[in-house]
Amino acid sequence: MSPAPLLSVNDLRVGFATEGGLLQAVDGVNFELRPGEVVAIVGESGSGKSVTAQTIMGLTRGHNARIEGSVRFGGEELLTAGDAEMRGLRGERIAMVFQDPMTSFNPVYRLGAQIVEAIRAHRPNTSKATARAAVVELFDAVGIPDAERRVDDYPHEFSGGMRQRAMIAMALALEPEVLIADEPTTALDVTIQAQILRLLEDLNRERNLATILITHDLGVVAEVADRVLVMYAGKVVEQGSLDEIFYDPQHPYTWGLLGSLTRLDRPRPRRLPQISGAPPSLLELPEGCPFRPRCPHEFSKCPQVPGLEARLPDAPQHCDRCWLTPEQKRQKRQVEGQIGLEAPA
Amino acid sequence: MNAGGENLLEVTDLVKHFPVKRGVLIDREVDQVRAVDGISFSIPRGKTLGLVGESGSGKSTACRAVLQLIKPTSGSVRFEGEEIAGLSRRQMRPLRRQMQMIFQDPYASLNPRKRIGQIVADPLRRQGVASGSDLRRRVTQLLERVGLAGEHYDRYPHEFSGGQRQRIGIARALALEPKLVIADEPVSALDVSIQAQIVNLLDDLQDELGLTYLFVAHDIGVVRHISDRIAVMNEGRIVEQGSADQVCEHPTDPYTKKLLAAVPIPDPRESRARREPARD
Amino acid sequence: MARFIVRRLAGMAVVLFAVSVIVFLIFNVVPNANPAQQLAGKNARPFLVKNIEEEWGFDKSLPEQYVTMMKLVVNGELTSYEPRIPVDDRIREGIPATISLSVGAGIIWLFFGILLGYLSALKPGGILDRLLTAVAVAGISIPVFLLAPVLIYFLAEKLELFPNGGYIPFEEDPWEWLKHLILPWFTLAVLSIGFYSRVLRSNMLDVMNEDYVRTARAKGLSERKVMTRHVLRNSLIPIVTLFGLDFGATIAGTAIITESLYSIDGVGAYAADAVTNFELPPIMGVALYGSFFVVFINALVDIAYAYLDPRVRIGEAAAE
Repeated sequence: MSPAPLLSVNDLRVGFATEGGLLQAVDGVNFELRPGEVVAIVGESGSGKSVTAQTIMGLTRGHNARIEGSVRFGGEELLTAGDAEMRGLRGERIAMVFQDPMTSFNPVYRLGAQIVEAIRAHRPNTSKATARAAVVELFDAVGIPDAERRVDDYPHEFSGGMRQRAMIAMALALEPEVLIADEPTTALDVTIQAQILRLLEDLNRERNLATILITHDLGVVAEVADRVLVMYAGKVVEQGSLDEIFYDPQHPYTWGLLGSLTRLDRPRPRRLPQISGAPPSLLELPEGCPFRPRCPHEFSKCPQVPGLEARLPDAPQHCDRCWLTPEQKRQKRQVEGQIGLEAPA
Repeated sequence: MNAGGENLLEVTDLVKHFPVKRGVLIDREVDQVRAVDGISFSIPRGKTLGLVGESGSGKSTACRAVLQLIKPTSGSVRFEGEEIAGLSRRQMRPLRRQMQMIFQDPYASLNPRKRIGQIVADPLRRQGVASGSDLRRRVTQLLERVGLAGEHYDRYPHEFSGGQRQRIGIARALALEPKLVIADEPVSALDVSIQAQIVNLLDDLQDELGLTYLFVAHDIGVVRHISDRIAVMNEGRIVEQGSADQVCEHPTDPYTKKLLAAVPIPDPRESRARREPARD
Repeated sequence: MARFIVRRLAGMAVVLFAVSVIVFLIFNVVPNANPAQQLAGKNARPFLVKNIEEEWGFDKSLPEQYVTMMKLVVNGELTSYEPRIPVDDRIREGIPATISLSVGAGIIWLFFGILLGYLSALKPGGILDRLLTAVAVAGISIPVFLLAPVLIYFLAEKLELFPNGGYIPFEEDPWEWLKHLILPWFTLAVLSIGFYSRVLRSNMLDVMNEDYVRTARAKGLSERKVMTRHVLRNSLIPIVTLFGLDFGATIAGTAIITESLYSIDGVGAYAADAVTNFELPPIMGVALYGSFFVVFINALVDIAYAYLDPRVRIGEAAAE
């Protein structure tokens, strides 16, 4: 019997009023996050994955944002919660780590001081000394050497990888229940990326920290995720457990993503499997399935928007948005012996 | 015709140091940043050498030093048998037609104020190769060859996506029909699904035009796919060099091994298997 | 730090030298600049002019005259031609007035410029923003030589709220000192308030889009803390540089017009007289005094900058 979900997102829709019309950045996202679970949201530019994460934190509120649906956390509805309440939540119960460690810290303040600021914003009775000591411990926990001295350094005195660790330390400072990591390793070198992923994994295990991981890198997903959501043009096109997505993917976009990965442990393909075309502009979405223009398996039903449904009898948690039958999918996704989208002739 | 033998490019002991200056009233050189610290490699005609390294490895500096965009501190660069290291700008000018570069950032490497037709035509115009309607025809052909439509000639860069802009950059690099193309992280800034398109395009162009590539990237997976040989760079030096399969499957240098081990395997079972023994 | 000071002193010496040469050359190149003729008067006889020339050394070659003058400058003996008053005495007498005017105006324009800019940036495009923008543009557009007489006419003569000119030293009567400076302060500050508020507003709008501001919000900081501790703090850095240049120039004498309009006997007024009378020694004196202050204050600005932006302190050593 799985424990009750910490976070429950239901039919989340986020649109932005722009000069060119209403831009529907997120169009119906549903998922649950349980304690200790890692949910990965995968997608490329324009997929809506970052906006989803930021909306959960309440960071997208503004006069040109139209937010609908429900985000329930600890029994409360976040989308309608007051600003003061959201502020109390941010950093304390739900914390976020951003993509670019180079620009995510204020360059004019010492790094330790910025974390102290976070701590004292939520626990104003904490003395500066106590807070600073807590930061030193956190630096240790995330693997920053010489913590006692480095707490007083400025952000530009840290390398990219160290800054990201500091970012994670700051996120953990108030012992949140949920960590949202938005492309935490994208801007880092691959060897540093491996270290940061290891760190996130350890933290997830040691502190039972539920994590939402936003990324475009399926390799990263394979290493840390329990469940995966694949997003495209604002919609979730496939959703399921890690093994389901990687070994029994049901949506052509997922096949395309999996196929275009370079695998060092396999011989080189003759040609790198690609997905032709480009992600659509959110202001000019195609009629019906958003992936239509790029899908080699398009057929007569596709002009109807497919619903996100579980179409496999023995996998009720595995949903996708593709009209093809499961048998057709199983057949069409095999390209040159591996999963992929059809390679051009 | 085939001057220099089968190697189009031969680099020997290339060094580029940047001086660090300090002083009270007058700056004196007190130290050096050894960006490129003596590298050697060669690329046979029509083949691809992949240069892999992380940030700070010196690979971008190496590209610029090879092309004489910055002056090497020492070392030899032979293009078709001729020594080009240390040539003056005037001397390099005629050679520039034969060596071109593709840059990483498709958003920054195109002048936003010029139409893309102009951008691609500029090298041709500047070298006096073509003009007028002939110029336009050639540019249109180039645009089509890289997968864009000829009618896009009059559009501005901001009207295109990242992947398309990179194609424009490639068209510009090919305008003068170079022999050598150096691609400095050509796909890193692109979405994953677009990266494969550009890599395949580069592959096709190599077959069609007999181009020789120096392909620089930090993503060893992509480099392995497109390269015949790979050189791994770390802190200004090449620590390992060999055929692509050899370097990736049987690495000998500890840094190379570390680099390969760090690449995430997009396969949950394998990934778990790889990590389980480490945990116990 | 020592390195910094040495370089700045060397730089200052070069600047002062260059300024002195340029002023000297300009003065000697402009037509009708025969000082001996001027001193002697319109209908003077040639031998009188010649006597004056010899006495003052105007018959020597230019380089020699330059060296002579520089010697006088260094010894503090530079004297104007008519009346024969030591230049540095006059400058020294004028400094309290000019500094009172400049510092007061500077504080006012810095404070209000920042305040208005900050308020504008809080809700860009909102009513307050548009109103303050109009005020700023008006401030930038109104010329000083229009504003001063208008203020004097309405507030000093008609309503008799303020005196209509002159300067009372602080030691004599602090209250009068203040009353006499209020209108000049305001006149001098109006232009800069407008300008600074626009610059700050623009900086703040840029900084608000930075990643670290997003991080600050994600930490759960109150909006006020985000705007002041993160946005404002970072937006002020370019303002400091700007202020250094402006303030330095103001002390150096660009308050010339304001001083003249309000009959304040500061260095600016002295400079105005010197230019009207077209005498080299006072002009040289004021130019050197001004250059010194500009260089000095810019050095202070650089030090302040290094304090405000830690990235600037540690030159090349970025840990990448």
